[in-house]
Amino acid sequence: MLVNNGLVYLIALPLFGAALLLLSGRRADRWGHLLATALSGMSFILGAVQFYQMLGRSPENRAVSQKLFSWISVGSFNIDAGLLVDQLSICFVLLITGVGTLIHIYSIAYMDHDKDRRRFFAYLNFFIAAMLLLVMGDSYLNLYVGWEGVGLASYLLIGFWNHKPAYATASKKAFIANRVGDMGLSFAIMIAFATMGTVSFSGVKEAAEGTSQGALTAIGIMLLLAATGKSAQFPLQAWLGDAMAGPTPVSALIHAATMVTAGVYLITRSNFIFDAAPTAQLLVVIVGAITLLFGAIIGTAKDDIKKALAASTMSQIGYMVLATGLGPVGYAFAIMHLLTHGFFKAGMFLGAGSVMHGTGDEVNMRKFGGIRHFMPITFATFGLGYLAILGVPPFAGFYSKDKIIETAFYAGGIKGILIGSVALFGAALTAFYMSRVMILTFAGTPRYDINHPPHESSFLMLLPMGILAIGSVASGFLLARGEALVHWLEPLFEAHEGHGKEILPPVVISLMALAVVIIGAAIAWFKYGRGTVADTAPTDVSIFTRIARRDLLQDDFNESVFMRPGQALTRLLVKTDDVVVDGTVRGVAAAALASGSSLRSTQTGFVRSYAALIVIGAVVLIAAIWAVTL
Amino acid sequence: MNYLTLIMAIPLVGAALIATLPQAKSLLAKQFALGTTLIAAVATILMTVKFERGNTDLQFVESYDWIKAFGIKYAVGVDGIALVLILMTALLTPIVVLAGWNESDNGRWSTKTFYILILVLQTMSFGVFAATDVFLFYVFFEAMLVPVYFLIGGYGSGERTAAAVKFLLYSLFGGLLMLASIIALYVLSGEQGGHTFNIAALSKLEMSSTTQNFLFLGFFIAFAIKAPLFPFHTWLPDAAKSATPGTSVLLLGVLDKVGTFGMIRYCLALFPEATKTFTPLIITLSVISIVYGAFLAIGAKDIKRLIAYTSISHFGFITLGIFAMTTQGHSGATLYMFNHGFSTAALFLVAGWMISRRGSSTIADFGGLQRVTPVMAWSFFIAGMSSLALPGLSSFVSEFLVLVGTFTRYPVAAVIATFGIVLAALYILIPVQRSLHGPTTPGNENLADLNLREKIAIAPVIAVIVFLGFYPAPALNIINPAAAHVLSQIGFTDPAPTHGGK
Repeated sequence: MLVNNGLVYLIALPLFGAALLLLSGRRADRWGHLLATALSGMSFILGAVQFYQMLGRSPENRAVSQKLFSWISVGSFNIDAGLLVDQLSICFVLLITGVGTLIHIYSIAYMDHDKDRRRFFAYLNFFIAAMLLLVMGDSYLNLYVGWEGVGLASYLLIGFWNHKPAYATASKKAFIANRVGDMGLSFAIMIAFATMGTVSFSGVKEAAEGTSQGALTAIGIMLLLAATGKSAQFPLQAWLGDAMAGPTPVSALIHAATMVTAGVYLITRSNFIFDAAPTAQLLVVIVGAITLLFGAIIGTAKDDIKKALAASTMSQIGYMVLATGLGPVGYAFAIMHLLTHGFFKAGMFLGAGSVMHGTGDEVNMRKFGGIRHFMPITFATFGLGYLAILGVPPFAGFYSKDKIIETAFYAGGIKGILIGSVALFGAALTAFYMSRVMILTFAGTPRYDINHPPHESSFLMLLPMGILAIGSVASGFLLARGEALVHWLEPLFEAHEGHGKEILPPVVISLMALAVVIIGAAIAWFKYGRGTVADTAPTDVSIFTRIARRDLLQDDFNESVFMRPGQALTRLLVKTDDVVVDGTVRGVAAAALASGSSLRSTQTGFVRSYAALIVIGAVVLIAAIWAVTL
Repeated sequence: MNYLTLIMAIPLVGAALIATLPQAKSLLAKQFALGTTLIAAVATILMTVKFERGNTDLQFVESYDWIKAFGIKYAVGVDGIALVLILMTALLTPIVVLAGWNESDNGRWSTKTFYILILVLQTMSFGVFAATDVFLFYVFFEAMLVPVYFLIGGYGSGERTAAAVKFLLYSLFGGLLMLASIIALYVLSGEQGGHTFNIAALSKLEMSSTTQNFLFLGFFIAFAIKAPLFPFHTWLPDAAKSATPGTSVLLLGVLDKVGTFGMIRYCLALFPEATKTFTPLIITLSVISIVYGAFLAIGAKDIKRLIAYTSISHFGFITLGIFAMTTQGHSGATLYMFNHGFSTAALFLVAGWMISRRGSSTIADFGGLQRVTPVMAWSFFIAGMSSLALPGLSSFVSEFLVLVGTFTRYPVAAVIATFGIVLAALYILIPVQRSLHGPTTPGNENLADLNLREKIAIAPVIAVIVFLGFYPAPALNIINPAAAHVLSQIGFTDPAPTHGGK
């Protein structure tokens, strides 16, 4: 493989920016944001140069690597700090640094009034560095460093305004949900090392052939667990909605375009495991299908524009995960949707931020209405993103989402029809909730004080929105033209025998998709587009609406199944430690002292009850020994 | 040069000099103490540089007759494991002195006495890691209790006397069991060719398995109390809560490592067969410690007790790594001891500054510190991230090595232990949220941020934590040969990859 010793600078530049901005303190307030933006931009340029050089090489020679130093080396556990940029990573590198730089630019204006803007930019730069490490690491352990690094960045940015208790709680919730997922990644790495003796991507790929299916399935399921945490997929999805506590540029960059798609990257990167572990692959499909509906249903019930978009993100990533579960044919489509989604969803989030900026930080769509008159450019860029996510030809989502729906239908048998239908139904729901967002925000009559109308945002905010809108229009066509992306990624995946069984011609599926989109949008129009919209959410709604508003009871479930029993267990153990463990010690000490003066005291019930507890404890201990040494 | 004797002598000389100072010159006593510990640190760094990494023999060996009649020698020497622990002690002590500059002010006795105790404790800590004569080890092991007892009881806060007594009784109990085992070893050695306390000679003794088991337990219980391992841990939270922050750093960071170090040096080396017999029990206790300590930390309301409980969880990881009997587990465990010293130091020192400013160690009394005292808040946060083993910080490397090294032999134990990483996120982020985030609570509006002295004290700790996270090789290069040597001595090899592989 080609060696390029410049790869590290992609990561080092923003990392240096983050460190400098944090360590300089207030001194850097005047120029910190400019430096951070410039460093992110330089990373993008370096990435673009890499991409350009890759284009000039033959497909099998495109990947480049760099070994920095031997990171951890004990016995046969040898991990290099090594970087790898191949056809898959470069897609992410360009997305992260490209969209990342645009969002830096946007944030200069968006965070202008915040006295901690420098700290914000330090975190953004740190995020870029960690995310680049995630996609450029050449082993699962290097990936893990970036993986938890972006988790930390996400935690810091969700809690950027952590003086508000709810925001601090939201950031903690995100970190913990992610840690549950990270545990999966730990398990996957341990199993890989124990069975294959290596954890590098190339090593695992090579060893996978000689490894039992049981082990591969276990690794696959654990990787999926990791992906569900980072990508807010069922059952670890509950943190994403609360994550909207972070400043809106963060929601656009981390919680829409890049970090939350890391799970899709992980599964795609591990294609050699999932392709050889059908059970794990089926679980991937199931998780994707559940989440795409789950997110879409929540999206229909949210009045907070950011939470509606967050639910949509969850749902769209569900599509990507679903696609990765469809085997070799699905990976490229998952990545294509990931890239187009990166444009249109980031664009819409920035649009939402623009609306918030213009309305004094209002997020309740029932307080909007008719904003298109006051913010025409925001309306136009948001609108293009809207058309893209709906999958209206020829906008970006049409190319990427239709391919996923098509591939789902072609997965074969009942499974194909089932997941194809789920994907199709999801498209209808998407059309409904996104049209609802559009109508409530931009159409209709104003539901705010008309004497203080919203104002259009400044050029620095509109520029990134405009560029992303161009992406929402053109990226799908460019990636799909002549199957450009599919061919680009082809060398990474197992060769596959074309598509599955075409139960319906592609054009019919496209028409069906378009039909359900029109139906979904039409329902939204009939419900919200005619007549007036109440500026407070109606309360006399069905039980289904109420459940959807409560995020399908995800928090109620987690709180009653994990949090409260966990708290009870904690209280019990605290009590046990004092009364039983320390009590036994105190009891023995007291008994020893007492027996010195009088043997009678050893016959008290006090000592006997401790003895009983010790016996019980011994039995439990023996059972535990048996369990851990299995 | 006789480095080991030299570094043990330096603090004693310093202590003697301080003893000659007039009672009123407390600032001078502090400066002397800082100077002495810095000289000891420099000498230890020089020794580390001179250490031959690839060589698995004991190095810097010295041996002189002490009590000839009983074959007792002053014999010292280090391998890579002992060396990193001595280095950790040498680096942490000046930081503790500088960080806790005013800790001795509210003591029962004078400032002079405080620093004499600290310096004597440092000499004993060096000795306990360096001793190669079991009797010498025992002397240091027991003698260490004395300065710590007075440091807790004389300079601590709250119910310091009770905590000090509890600490002493627990330790003496363990020490007695160990003494019994040592005497038995001595008697056995007399029956088999000559009385000795030399570890290398004792490890060659022939013993019935019953004898081995009993003698093993004598040592192990003493070490498990020291480390501490569930269910021998209840002295630690009380001691940590009552001791000054600096004393707590030395107690949890250095002294408790004698327990885990002793398991490697004595339990494994002297009783390989008994070790195998008791391994399932110890692995189980380790896993229980990890989870149990974490839950108690989550439930703790006092910040010092919380840190003590996190250490119980961390010591569970260290013991797990040792008894997994793989090179990753062993190297990971020793690196964990070193890293834990620094990450616990960071936590205790910053918590100590928070407590002394606020006048309370109850977590609920803090709130919103990030806005009031950003540097202190950041220091606490980074210390916390190190405690939860965030990748990129040093403890991640050691914790992951322990987990992966355990998994290859005891997958179930490793899986349960891995749940500890989620619990760790809880026990760190809960106090972080309560004390640093949210609105600034009444009483905290005017707290002062770290001063220059405090910044100078915490900076090297954080630097070590970050540096070894990215580049652990300098530490691993010292540890790896020694760890591999210990395992090969008792006949363990790493499990091979199970399903083919490379």
